Amino acid sequence: MWVFLVTEILFFGGMFTAYTIYRALHYESFVTGSHLLKVKFGATNTYVLICSSLTMALAIRSAQTGKRKGQIIFWLILTMIFGALFLGLKLRFEWYFDYLEGIIPGVSWAYSGAHAPGVKMFMCFYFFMTGLHALHMIVGLGILTALVIMTARNRFSPQYYAPLEISGLYWHFVDIVWIFLFALLYLIGGRYPGS
Amino acid sequence: MSEHSEQSGHVGHVVPVSTYIIVFILLMMGTALTTGVAYIDLGRWNTVVALTIAVTKMMLVVLFFMHAKYATGLTRVVILAGFFWLGIMITLSCSDELTRTWEIVPQGWNMIVPFVSRLF
Repeated sequence: MWVFLVTEILFFGGMFTAYTIYRALHYESFVTGSHLLKVKFGATNTYVLICSSLTMALAIRSAQTGKRKGQIIFWLILTMIFGALFLGLKLRFEWYFDYLEGIIPGVSWAYSGAHAPGVKMFMCFYFFMTGLHALHMIVGLGILTALVIMTARNRFSPQYYAPLEISGLYWHFVDIVWIFLFALLYLIGGRYPGS
Repeated sequence: MSEHSEQSGHVGHVVPVSTYIIVFILLMMGTALTTGVAYIDLGRWNTVVALTIAVTKMMLVVLFFMHAKYATGLTRVVILAGFFWLGIMITLSCSDELTRTWEIVPQGWNMIVPFVSRLF
């Protein structure tokens, strides 16, 4: 599983590299674009994902220590609720308002302020990176659904819980990607007046 | 992993719930800290602080939630290789892209050109 995650590191890493280079080349545009994003939603979603990572870790621990399957399913479902909450907030409060504000390149573009072409590129990066992250979240929710069914069918025991363990690795990895997306897209360079 | 466990009859390292809770609290505090610091004018240090906190949070998740702290040497080598390759990709891409506009070739390099051209 870790080998697969290494390929995922390089997959997202390619976008992080491109982002770094274009940010260096078009610094003002990227700062302007970054300030169009809403920190409160990004931060809320970071908290939500950290909660989901904790519940995922506790689900695996329940299986390790041979707890009742109801307890494993409880933690898994709680993880799914946090995951769904993340996606819900992203769609309803971020992308929807971005749509209304007209800062989605190619779909709804009405931005005509300073550095418009560069800001458009920043928003392209933002939607590709968060979009691929959201896709990983949706895949993760599918995996968790499968885990709930497997747990209900008594497939796991303290001797065999590898599917839970490696799915947990995937889920935590997606959390880490968001930690970096939040720092790089929303916060980097500061949000203070005049930044 | 599973075959090994079944043969030896013991499970992987069980992390105490208290450790998970402490890591969870640190991650939440880290998020609050990085969000708060972004609103303070630190000049170019804002970027450094944001990335340092992000890397610290990543380390906490990898070491404790992803059990890297309790993993075998092989697993750790794979994890480190991933970050090493990421480092290569970022460093070489940046050193290429950000030096393309450097037009002046240092004097010493001109002497190498006739030498290299004789090789082919």
